[in-house]
Amino acid sequence: MNTQTRIPALEIEEDFRARAHEALGDPQLRGNFRRAMDSLMTKRAAAFSDPEEREDLRSLGNAIRARALSKLPELLEQLDRNLTRNGVQVHWAETIEEANAIVLGIVNAHSARQVIKGKSMVSEEMEMNDFLGERGVECLEADMGEYIVQMDHEKPSHIIMPAIHKNAGQVGKLFHEKLGVDYTTDVDQLIQIGRRVLRQKFFEADIGVSGVNFAVAETGTLLLVENEGNGRMVTGVPPVHIAVTGIEKVVENLRDTVPLLSLLTRSALGIPITTYVNMISGPRQPGELDGPQEVHLVLLDNGRSQAFADSELRQTLNCIRCGACMNHCPVYTRIGGHAYGEVYPGPIGKIITPHLVGLAKVPDHPSASSLCGACGEVCPVKIPIPALLRRLREENVKAPDSPHQAMRGQGSKYSRKERFIWNAWARLNRSPALYRVFGFLATRLRNLVPNSVGPWTQNHSAPKPAPRSLHEMAREHLHKPSGDL
Amino acid sequence: MSAKHNILAKLRGSLAGTTPIADNFNEALVTEPWRYAPEQRLAQLRKLMEAVHTEIHLCSEQDWPRRLAEQVQARQLLSLLIAPGTAHGQRVSEHWALHPELPPLKAYDRPIEQWKAELFNDTPASFTGTLGAIAATGSLIIWPTPQEPRLMSLVPPVHFALLKASEIYDNLYEVQQRQKWASGMPTNALLVSGPSKTADIEQVLAYGAHGPKDLVVLILEDA
Repeated sequence: MNTQTRIPALEIEEDFRARAHEALGDPQLRGNFRRAMDSLMTKRAAAFSDPEEREDLRSLGNAIRARALSKLPELLEQLDRNLTRNGVQVHWAETIEEANAIVLGIVNAHSARQVIKGKSMVSEEMEMNDFLGERGVECLEADMGEYIVQMDHEKPSHIIMPAIHKNAGQVGKLFHEKLGVDYTTDVDQLIQIGRRVLRQKFFEADIGVSGVNFAVAETGTLLLVENEGNGRMVTGVPPVHIAVTGIEKVVENLRDTVPLLSLLTRSALGIPITTYVNMISGPRQPGELDGPQEVHLVLLDNGRSQAFADSELRQTLNCIRCGACMNHCPVYTRIGGHAYGEVYPGPIGKIITPHLVGLAKVPDHPSASSLCGACGEVCPVKIPIPALLRRLREENVKAPDSPHQAMRGQGSKYSRKERFIWNAWARLNRSPALYRVFGFLATRLRNLVPNSVGPWTQNHSAPKPAPRSLHEMAREHLHKPSGDL
Repeated sequence: MSAKHNILAKLRGSLAGTTPIADNFNEALVTEPWRYAPEQRLAQLRKLMEAVHTEIHLCSEQDWPRRLAEQVQARQLLSLLIAPGTAHGQRVSEHWALHPELPPLKAYDRPIEQWKAELFNDTPASFTGTLGAIAATGSLIIWPTPQEPRLMSLVPPVHFALLKASEIYDNLYEVQQRQKWASGMPTNALLVSGPSKTADIEQVLAYGAHGPKDLVVLILEDA
């Protein structure tokens, strides 16, 4: 792959607002997302046809994740122990730099030149493709959607459906230009082209990289779900398998994966189960004829321990990456995944990204929400996303001298003027005398409100007070003779 | 200090003074909605698997090798990969020995490194056993073994699988408990619920993404 060409979504040249504005004016993009999100919402609703069963299962999912997080250090140690016993080499990384260095170390130890990768959002966090590409190692995506976006030097626009922003015509044109095949919009043909190219890559690859959906502490098992078979290919064909995952993905018992699996596949795609559920508990054992000779697991922190430190923000780590919150988000549906400019888009992206990159880098994320509540309502593990967005809005404007340091990059939207105005407003509302004077002046001087009051009047008419306040009218009414009604 | 030490220290610091949440796993929630009458299990499995393009043939313990041979011939497959060390692989060999007109059998009897190119480029179909199936989700349970390696059910474009009707379980939880999975997982364990598929382009479902394009299940009704 041409490593000179940078991936556009990585360059934060404009701010979130500018990118959102641009996306809103792109009818092709909006059509592609609208159709896809409508269909995903319908499928999810059909898969959870019994609301009582759904709500009970969501409660169980939430309890399982909360329990796992409540003993996270012990479970991580148990996972490490059991995987090590099974022959898996476990590595820990605090930062993406450390994680990439670990991967590079394994690559170098095997003099690997070709890496084939199954879908993994953590490897996107690490920007592993670019990192290895810059060091002369080809790192190719094998998930069909990821393969398409990588070919076009893009980033995924959805965590489950990476190429959802493209239609078949756009994919056909891309394949025609990059692979030299005849232009077609036939999806079956396009998939067969991808299959042919990638089969050869599975065959040749020195190392396979995958993500992990659930890491089971009890048995030392890495569970991976997928429909295409690319996950099985990258974890089964190359001589070395590296799994990368966040430290929050651990669950206590194997049985805990039963409800979580059901919640995951039904919430994400509206299907009872994915085509493949892959449970990996070790490298090739003596006597076995295939499977990787080495299996590595890289456990990445990258800001997760910061979210973990605060019992409210910790709930962010319940996430099982189903994408239902983005499928149901009116903002995401209209602006698409790329507008967010980060690895994780949509509602979950807005609450996890500040921990990964610092809130100051994504100051508009918490407010890019109407707080309609749909994300929290559909979340299979009951993350209170709207409440967490409100919390992040508070963190955004926290005073620099605040003794409470909840997160990196907090307070970047703090403004002394704004804080002064809010304090004055609070005082006004606490003092009846001041409030009456304010009410009198606001109603009598109502015509002095300018027609343009900053961003408000971009989309609304200027707020003009009524001629008389409700208090005043009520007083007048009560002083009228009775029986006047 | 190591990354492991630092991460664990941070997490422990954040949990100081808290007690772990009790395990209140409610097994009724993952079993009760997914129970089937014994005579319904096969129908439920069949409905779900056929909905995702799995081909199902009901056979008997006595006639399945012949039925397998018919399918291999009907598809004009040039060879069939089997696991010679398994009982079902042995049955196939015996049947094939009596019918020289059938396409040749290949045995997966040596490490992948010795024949990787042949497996990828010149092995059109495979035949494996299963450890049972799950009615609730329409899934086959496959635990590869040294005798029956994992790539058999993945690389060849057509995968034939043998399933005993008596080994169809209601739900995943029941299988995990009855087969005691938690007390010893193999290197690789799989649930397979249809041929490989993708909906990554415009959400249009296309079969035969990276794994088998066809999954054919022979169900032994009397076994």
